[in-house]
Amino acid sequence: MKTSMSEQEKQEEVLTPETKTANQPVTRENTHDLVIDVDNVSFGYVPGKDVLRDITMNINRGEVTAFIGPSGCGKSTLLRCFNRMNDLIPTAGISKGEIRILGTDIHAPEVDVIELRKHVGMVFQKYNPFPKSIYENVAFGLRIQGINGKQALDQAVEESLRYAGLWEEVKDRLNASGLGLSGGQQQRLCIARAIAVRPKIVLMDEPCSALDPISTAIIEELITKLRSEFTIVIVTHNMQQAARVSDRTAFFYLGNLIEMDRTTTMFSNPSKKQTEDYISGRFG
Amino acid sequence: MHDISEEIPKHRTANPFASKGGAQKRKDVFTATALRLATYFILLCAGYIFVDIIIKGAPVVFKASPPFVNIDFLTKSPETLMTFETSDGAEHKLDFSDYSQFKRDFPDLKIVEEHSHAFSGGGILGPLVGTALLTGICIIVALFVGLTTAIYLNEYSSKGRFMDLIRLAIMNLAGVPSVVFGLFGLGLFCLVAPVITDAPMESALFTVPILFTKSYISFQGWGTCMLAGGFTLAVMVLPVIIAACEESLKAIPMGFREASLALGATKWQTIAKSVLPYAFPGMLTASVLGITRVAGETAPIMFTAALSHKDKLPWQDVNGVGGFLSQSVQAMPYHIYTVAARIPQSEYTRPMQYGSVFVFLVVVMLFAALSVFLRIHYRKKIKW
Ligand SMILES: Nc1ncnc2c1ncn2[C@@H]1O[C@H](COP(=O)(O)OP(=O)(O)O)[C@@H](O)[C@H]1O
Ligand SMILES: [Mg+2]
Repeated sequence: MKTSMSEQEKQEEVLTPETKTANQPVTRENTHDLVIDVDNVSFGYVPGKDVLRDITMNINRGEVTAFIGPSGCGKSTLLRCFNRMNDLIPTAGISKGEIRILGTDIHAPEVDVIELRKHVGMVFQKYNPFPKSIYENVAFGLRIQGINGKQALDQAVEESLRYAGLWEEVKDRLNASGLGLSGGQQQRLCIARAIAVRPKIVLMDEPCSALDPISTAIIEELITKLRSEFTIVIVTHNMQQAARVSDRTAFFYLGNLIEMDRTTTMFSNPSKKQTEDYISGRFG
Repeated sequence: MHDISEEIPKHRTANPFASKGGAQKRKDVFTATALRLATYFILLCAGYIFVDIIIKGAPVVFKASPPFVNIDFLTKSPETLMTFETSDGAEHKLDFSDYSQFKRDFPDLKIVEEHSHAFSGGGILGPLVGTALLTGICIIVALFVGLTTAIYLNEYSSKGRFMDLIRLAIMNLAGVPSVVFGLFGLGLFCLVAPVITDAPMESALFTVPILFTKSYISFQGWGTCMLAGGFTLAVMVLPVIIAACEESLKAIPMGFREASLALGATKWQTIAKSVLPYAFPGMLTASVLGITRVAGETAPIMFTAALSHKDKLPWQDVNGVGGFLSQSVQAMPYHIYTVAARIPQSEYTRPMQYGSVFVFLVVVMLFAALSVFLRIHYRKKIKW
């Protein structure tokens, strides 16, 4: 892990250039707490048709933030803005505003999206391990960074699998295919794979929606454990899940951020009527 | 006891499921029969081809006594067959080289009546080797160009008019008659493709001197040779290969690419590590079929590479790699064409005709079987 850490320090320099936007002075303190800073952002998949409008939010270091809202309201879209996965769609783009991660505008010309993604990991809705061994799945992110030393890899693989709560279950068959695991285990393997490169932020897009209740409970427990090391943003359609795992919750509706607050406040005493209706199950 | 007859309707006419007969029903039966007969027709054709070739061709290649295989047929190149009668009344049938030897061995024997049958003696080693070389060059060129094109089209290009145009062009290429490919190959590879030489030919389209050396890049063509033939075959099979490669790339779940990119892999790392390894088996198996198809084509190599008669095997008496690649070769399809249509027919030519076709068919079928085997094998191994 040592090598990868020093790698990472190097990358931080790349990602955080000295040129800060003048009107938004970044002090030591707010870079520290504000991990993601979304500033009045609108986004469209095709020009002129925004699916996200005027989103402004802060995501704090070391917290679990949940995105809730009816399906199609833009939760995944915003999540995929954070690691610029939407770049894969040629016509898609931010039409307004700025997203700052660790103090840097992620669309600034000097930002390399490859480096950004090493800091902002992602776990997908449909678990998608590679048809490789468990070991190689976890080692993948390190190998593409050129880390190939057996000792470094062994250590990182074990550490990540332990983090993901999977080590005890798979330590005797690290060379077996990742596809031979159960659904819940495969999703935890994907989590291990994402955290193996030690991102600062882990994005999770409905990580439990394809899983049974027991696997879901295991992953929820895992998320609360990971909170100490990583800043987590999780999209979920399950409000109980948001209530159980998150510190803060953002409620979206038709591409707008309706309300964002501490999860306990939000669920006990929402300030907006729409939020209350949604949470009490009157629509959605 | 319960009497079930009570439950059966008394009046047959009351049966709601009774056939109403009539035109619709007859039409249905007729259609089914017509469709079935059309299908049997295919079976008949296939059966006739295979049975005829096996019955007449297998005895040429196999024999009843050990070693059960006609070694000469597989290890000698085509020769003229001599049939003659000697003054002592014995009848002989010998390949030309053996015939010369025979005359030397028995100078006193008087040959009474002799006939020569071109291409009917010896074996088919030359054409087999030639076809293998042509196909090998074709595979290398076609896979390289096809794979790179498919990767570009499927992974890099954005959708748009221009890309549709390229796809249309590729599809149309698949419909070009093979003889046109032959002429195209002659025009491009044999007559204008570039070579590096110290002494450009007069006929070169144009020449470009290479700085600081005495050499030129001369667009004078490669001449009639196996390289030109292999390239021509490759161009011909390209549409199939590109389609096969694209199909295999499309079958790889988007999730693999997303997962890899989200881990900070570059586009090329993603393709090389998370797409190609899983797409490759599919590409290979689908390509093998396309390539065995063009390996049997006569027209594209007729003008570009093939030679009906050649004494030496391709590796005998050659001058380096360049010399090796720039010689003409015999090839199975062209050889079959020669023995079937370009020589006087006699009962002595039959074994060569059927034997060649039989061996060629077996080789092609082995490759097809290999492709099917590979596909099943990999489908079992890789699942997602
Ligand atoms: N690749 C895409 N191209 C065009 N529109 C999309 C694409 N993905 C999502 N959308 C649209 O964007 C809106 C938000 O989708 P999404 O972010 O997936 O919603 P959620 O995750 O909240 O269910 C929806 O109206 C959806 O139809
Ligand atoms: Mg979604």
